[in-house]
Amino acid sequence: MNIHEYQAKTVLKEFGVPMLRGTPVLRTADAAATALELGGPVWVVKSQIHAGGRGKGTFKEKEAGGKGGVRIAKSVAEVENFVREMLGRTLVTEQTGPAGKQVNRIYLEEGANIVKEFYLSLLVDRSAGRVAFVVSTEGGMDIEEVARHMPDRIASFIVDPATGIMPHHGRMVVNVLGLTGGVAQQAEKLTSQLYAAFVAKDMAMLEINPLIVSAEGQLKCLDTKISFDDNALYRHPEIAALRDETEEDAKEIEASKNDLNYIALSGTIGCMVNGAGLAMATMDIIKLYGAEPANFLDVGGGATKDKVAEAFKIITVDPKVRGILVNIFGGIMKCDIIAEGVVAAVKETGLEVPLVVRLEGTNVELGKKIIARSGLNVITADDLDDAARKIVAAAGKD
Amino acid sequence: MPRGKSSRRPEKTEAMPILVDKDTKVICQGFTGKNGTFHSEQAITYGTKMVGGVSPGKGGARHLGLPVYDTVARARAATGAEASVVYVPPPGAADAICEAIDAEIPLIVCITEGIPVADMIKVKRALCGSKSRLIGPNCPGVMTAGECKIGIMPGNIFKPGSVGIVSRSGTLTYEAVYQTTREGLGQTTAVGIGGDPVKGADFIEVLEMFLADDATKSIIMIGEIGGSSEEDAAQFIAGETKRGRNKPVVGFIAGRTAPPGRRMGHAGAIIAGGKGGAEDKIAAMLAAGIHVSPSPARLGKTLADVLRG
Repeated sequence: MNIHEYQAKTVLKEFGVPMLRGTPVLRTADAAATALELGGPVWVVKSQIHAGGRGKGTFKEKEAGGKGGVRIAKSVAEVENFVREMLGRTLVTEQTGPAGKQVNRIYLEEGANIVKEFYLSLLVDRSAGRVAFVVSTEGGMDIEEVARHMPDRIASFIVDPATGIMPHHGRMVVNVLGLTGGVAQQAEKLTSQLYAAFVAKDMAMLEINPLIVSAEGQLKCLDTKISFDDNALYRHPEIAALRDETEEDAKEIEASKNDLNYIALSGTIGCMVNGAGLAMATMDIIKLYGAEPANFLDVGGGATKDKVAEAFKIITVDPKVRGILVNIFGGIMKCDIIAEGVVAAVKETGLEVPLVVRLEGTNVELGKKIIARSGLNVITADDLDDAARKIVAAAGKD
Repeated sequence: MPRGKSSRRPEKTEAMPILVDKDTKVICQGFTGKNGTFHSEQAITYGTKMVGGVSPGKGGARHLGLPVYDTVARARAATGAEASVVYVPPPGAADAICEAIDAEIPLIVCITEGIPVADMIKVKRALCGSKSRLIGPNCPGVMTAGECKIGIMPGNIFKPGSVGIVSRSGTLTYEAVYQTTREGLGQTTAVGIGGDPVKGADFIEVLEMFLADDATKSIIMIGEIGGSSEEDAAQFIAGETKRGRNKPVVGFIAGRTAPPGRRMGHAGAIIAGGKGGAEDKIAAMLAAGIHVSPSPARLGKTLADVLRG
């Protein structure tokens, strides 16, 4: 789960991480008062969306004033004007795709005199199975670009979970960034604060870019991005409460309420599959036969008839869908449950596009019988290849 | 799976076929729960040598005709169990695995899906220097055709034969099993290593076992997007081939059409930071001499064609 920059900063402040002062603004009417409270003389007006590249982004609407999603204001009036221009407008960045994202929240922050910019992030190193720090002297840039062109400017180390964070990890960060004196001390402290926050809140990724040194010799996190491990949200209700559903696809939210793994895609063939790997492979084989999948949908192993029906409905309400492929290889999942769910959903909502069903594995005969007896106009398939060929033939190539 | 007293890990090459056979004594953690009960019944029916189970607070009872113990240590002492399958729900799963590690169970197979990554980081650390090997979590288990079924794979699609199967995806494991059965090749052992980013055994450990196993004549390896395990495995295969250890390997990577930055169901299946894409993995496999199947429906056929030459 992702959260907004201002929320991430609030989470990190609990751990003592140094931030600039700032306040979220949700309505233009609050902008001036908030700006006065922060004091000025310079403010940074930042669009809050779940995507990077906001500063270099552009708004779709003319009314947004032709500037990017992060703006420097030098008066209260200018703050107010920027907030008015950006709220409710659509920001397009290199990460949002051409559709862009609507800006519903603004973060107003005090300005800073930046002397140096660094990069610092924490994530899980999969092969080591440990938390890793990534540190670079090249802050404020896309870290993937730095990795491509200046790999020697990036250093990385992992932390042994048996010891946790230790002073030498802090000295490592200081050394990589070439810091001395008071700033070095602040960086050592920051290293242990960030690790504590990462572990305590079950983060999947914590990125500070840039981490700055101000003219006053203070280390501050200028931009902060956090994503959390979805599997651990059950033990962090305070984090789960930060979820902003307006940032997500409505169908995906509906699916997650039913414990379904659903991701909307741009094609025309709706898919319902059990197992993430088979679901991806089903998307792949549809493409192989010349069409595009409309979604990724893994119904999982423990789905009930009702959940299967919900899953089927989520696919059928998508107006892009010109055909549906149900591909089930039952292990934990039983084919008869799938069949009953599909039949129930079709009886309730009707079916206006071709449907191909391929069933294999646990209770396959029972499942096939239920489909056959339902009288529904279903095209049955013997195996995955047959199923993919039939649905593409019935629904048409893209 | 007997262990040498001096070895820190279970011997890798003693069991034939790999990991489990008809004599492997298996216990179940989370035995009396819904999943533990259902799949233990299936395992017993298949002929797996189930010798008991663990359900804290229910020690002394009997379940499915087998003894129930309060702790893994007691179960191991009483039954001589060599393997444990874990069905404990996510909040308690890492604890259950660590209990099995402390009890020195040689093979731990964790089926549970949805364990927090931070918990698995602890488990991975606890495995260092231990006497246990972990398969999973979030995996369908380990199955030796006709002999031993640990986990949730459907038994009826297996047929004893010569193909070793290792996969990050559960249902694609079934595809590989089903297709090799239809081609008449059959399987030695199928190992689902699971779809989580931090897990027990990875491809290389299992591939090493298949290369060392005389009964396994060829291998199917199924990967997916995310991470770099497939690239590492391909490099391992290339290196072993150079050293003259060579078995035909067919590969498949799921997720060619997955968009970057979206987590495809499995916590580990995500293309992030420009890494973990399908094309890089396929290129690495091809470079290692692995026969990559273009379609998930042609795993068995591709292997049969390779074997026919």
